[in-house]
Amino acid sequence: MKLKQSPLLVAMLVLALVLSACAGSAPAGETSTGAGAASVAAASQAAVNSAPLAASTAASTATASTAASVAASEAASTAASASAAAGGTGQASAAASTAAAASGSAAPVTPASAGEYLQTIRNRGRLVCGFHGGFAGFGTLDQSGNAVGFDVDICKAVAAAIFGDATKIEFRPLPSAATRFTAVQTREIDILSRNTTWTISRDTSVGMDFAPTTFYDGQGMMVRTAENLTRLEDMGGATICVQSGTTTELNLTDAFRALNLEISPVVFDTQDAATSAYAEGRCDGLTTDKSQLASIRVGLPNPDEHVIMDVTMSKEPLTPAVLQGDPQWHDLVAWVVYGLITAEELGITQENVDTFSASQDPNVRRFLGLEGELGQGLGVENNFMVNVIKGVGNYGEIYNRHLGPETPFNLPRGQNALYRDGGLLYAPPFR
Amino acid sequence: MSTTEVSPTALKPPQSSVNVVTLLRQNLFNGWINSLITVVLGWLVITVLYQVVNWVFTDATWAPIVTNLRLFWVGRYPETVLWRVQACLALVLLLFGLSGGLWGGVVRAVASGLAALMVLLALLPFGGGMRLYLAGTALLLGAGFVGGLRFPRLLRWPTIMLWLLSPLIVILLIRGFVTWSVIPFVDTGLWGGLLLTIFLAVVGIVASFPLGVLLALGRRSKLPVVKGFCVAYIELIRGVPLITVLFMAMLMLPLFLPPHVRVDNLVRVLVAITLFSAAYLAENVRGGLQSVPNGQVEAARALGLNVFQSTVLIVLPQALRAVIPAIVGQFISLFKDTSLVSLVGLTELFGIARGVIEQPEWITVTGGVQREVLIFVGLIYWIFCFSMAQISRRIETRLGVGTR
Repeated sequence: MKLKQSPLLVAMLVLALVLSACAGSAPAGETSTGAGAASVAAASQAAVNSAPLAASTAASTATASTAASVAASEAASTAASASAAAGGTGQASAAASTAAAASGSAAPVTPASAGEYLQTIRNRGRLVCGFHGGFAGFGTLDQSGNAVGFDVDICKAVAAAIFGDATKIEFRPLPSAATRFTAVQTREIDILSRNTTWTISRDTSVGMDFAPTTFYDGQGMMVRTAENLTRLEDMGGATICVQSGTTTELNLTDAFRALNLEISPVVFDTQDAATSAYAEGRCDGLTTDKSQLASIRVGLPNPDEHVIMDVTMSKEPLTPAVLQGDPQWHDLVAWVVYGLITAEELGITQENVDTFSASQDPNVRRFLGLEGELGQGLGVENNFMVNVIKGVGNYGEIYNRHLGPETPFNLPRGQNALYRDGGLLYAPPFR
Repeated sequence: MSTTEVSPTALKPPQSSVNVVTLLRQNLFNGWINSLITVVLGWLVITVLYQVVNWVFTDATWAPIVTNLRLFWVGRYPETVLWRVQACLALVLLLFGLSGGLWGGVVRAVASGLAALMVLLALLPFGGGMRLYLAGTALLLGAGFVGGLRFPRLLRWPTIMLWLLSPLIVILLIRGFVTWSVIPFVDTGLWGGLLLTIFLAVVGIVASFPLGVLLALGRRSKLPVVKGFCVAYIELIRGVPLITVLFMAMLMLPLFLPPHVRVDNLVRVLVAITLFSAAYLAENVRGGLQSVPNGQVEAARALGLNVFQSTVLIVLPQALRAVIPAIVGQFISLFKDTSLVSLVGLTELFGIARGVIEQPEWITVTGGVQREVLIFVGLIYWIFCFSMAQISRRIETRLGVGTR
């Protein structure tokens, strides 16, 4: 009997082999580093031993990388990813970059050895950015299939800082909010720029590192203009439409409990259902994030009959996030965002950035890399902000392009104005 | 002889006078209750139809579909290398034309259907180049058809070889090479729209079918290890939803693999869909295997066929023939299930639809554009699934399922 079954067995075995061969061949084609584990392991010891020497003799351009430093970074990469994959705290990578920083300070003319994350991105030749893909104004596809939106431009800015070219980037849509952090943890994406609220648990237990907030959102309330409501205190006894199971719902009850007012929330499964219920007049108010309220309002039959109250019930700082464990990579993302804000402060725009090369203002000169070596500490060229501004413009330009008066949203800057205009945007100095 | 001969006029049925009025009276207005029901239902149908037609032609905003057509077809595939997709489509159509001419039967019906579709599309108001291309493909299909009909001996083997090579050609042409600048590499993350939907469905169907048959045979095997493995596999996969398998492939797999090994997203999704579909197919095929009477196997043995021969030549053909509807049902469901990959970040047809709905341009449209976009996408899915069902019915008729 066993003999007679054997052709079947053989056939199944062959199929299994073919399948595993297919699965095995795919990564070989896709792996950018392409180095076998064994050879990396063999090279790592030598590379670590010779790293200081290599650093001191390396060429002084920021992008140059000697064979030794590549090998070193690959070794670091293996170690760090292993620890990240094992759910570790990324100490290996931290150790690797501190070691790199030490060797850098010993020989300041060399480019600061890029952290392994930055080196991985360089080797790959493009930045992988996780964006929403279906959130109007922040991350959508335009008619030619390009990713567009506020969050998208933040990614482009980082790509411009690394490569001097805002197009060296791959966008990965992340429609499901639940899986976005897993995508960062598994290093599917280098940077998460997908209207993500910065919270303590995400920063600590989820293992993210958050760059500075790019968009300060908050939960708002839309009511009918005719009702003449201006404060939450006036809304006692009101019915309010809200999406169920969200922090929005909890924030709503919290806000009114704090005011000791009775309201009747009407909860819906989806935001669309809540919106249509409000439009049909089933509720006095509709609550969700203010940015979303603004786009809902313009979609209502008569936008002028509705008004978004000037109250904020919660803090929703939407912030780009990277994987915890590579301080240099986090620093780079953070300082690109700060740079966008600083550029607006200094009045440097996409159009006039070239005219600033003649500027005598030391702040401007340092900022644009005309003097000083601010880029080196981040592992990029000193004039990285010039590339960023040429690529996407300053913060105000990005904001106006996607959310400003020229767009259907017409969102006022509000909290997202510069500190000197009464907003919350405040960048530490570039020096 | 003459006694059995009957006059031809005597056998003719009575000439029934069928006209509209009597038909209506007999079927819709035979009694006051039925008349009332007819009137009420008729009024309802007309009202609803009027509303629908009114909405389609006056209220609906079809602009998002017209302006995003390229997104719906190929997703983010770069415009400059779009000719590669067009070439693939032309190749497949040519092959269908040739096969239709060579073999007739179901393939010929499919070829005619495709030709009709291309002509229909060419009549739609696309841009000039696109219409020219569509008309060209229709002509190519027709030329292949005529060629196959005229020179069957000459073209038979080249056609078969080309069919066998076509998956490779299509994949290589669409994917391109990193090192060869004539057809540069296009990252699989950029594949999208209908192109990706069809790609997922075709690869899923082609790969899961043999796997499903093997699993079904394995489940009936008398070797405990093989049988145990197949039962465990089938029951494990059938016990979880496809979306969990997809999430597993997309998000969990990198945790299990060594860090420098990155499997392409599309490959992961393809493997997940194939493995999932194979488990269901296995159960369908097993039903067919059970329907083959034991006498068939015994007769095959008596004729001296070994297990392999009797399985491949006697049992499987009968088993598969019996379960064509179930298998095609599984394939149709697989085609629709590809829409789930939009949840794990691939922009196939449904993923594109979700993106288009959220484009800022349509924010100011009252009520949004999701109805229009979803109806359009639903129509595309329907066309494909309906065609698959039709093809299955033709195959059944041809193989005489249920009649012999």
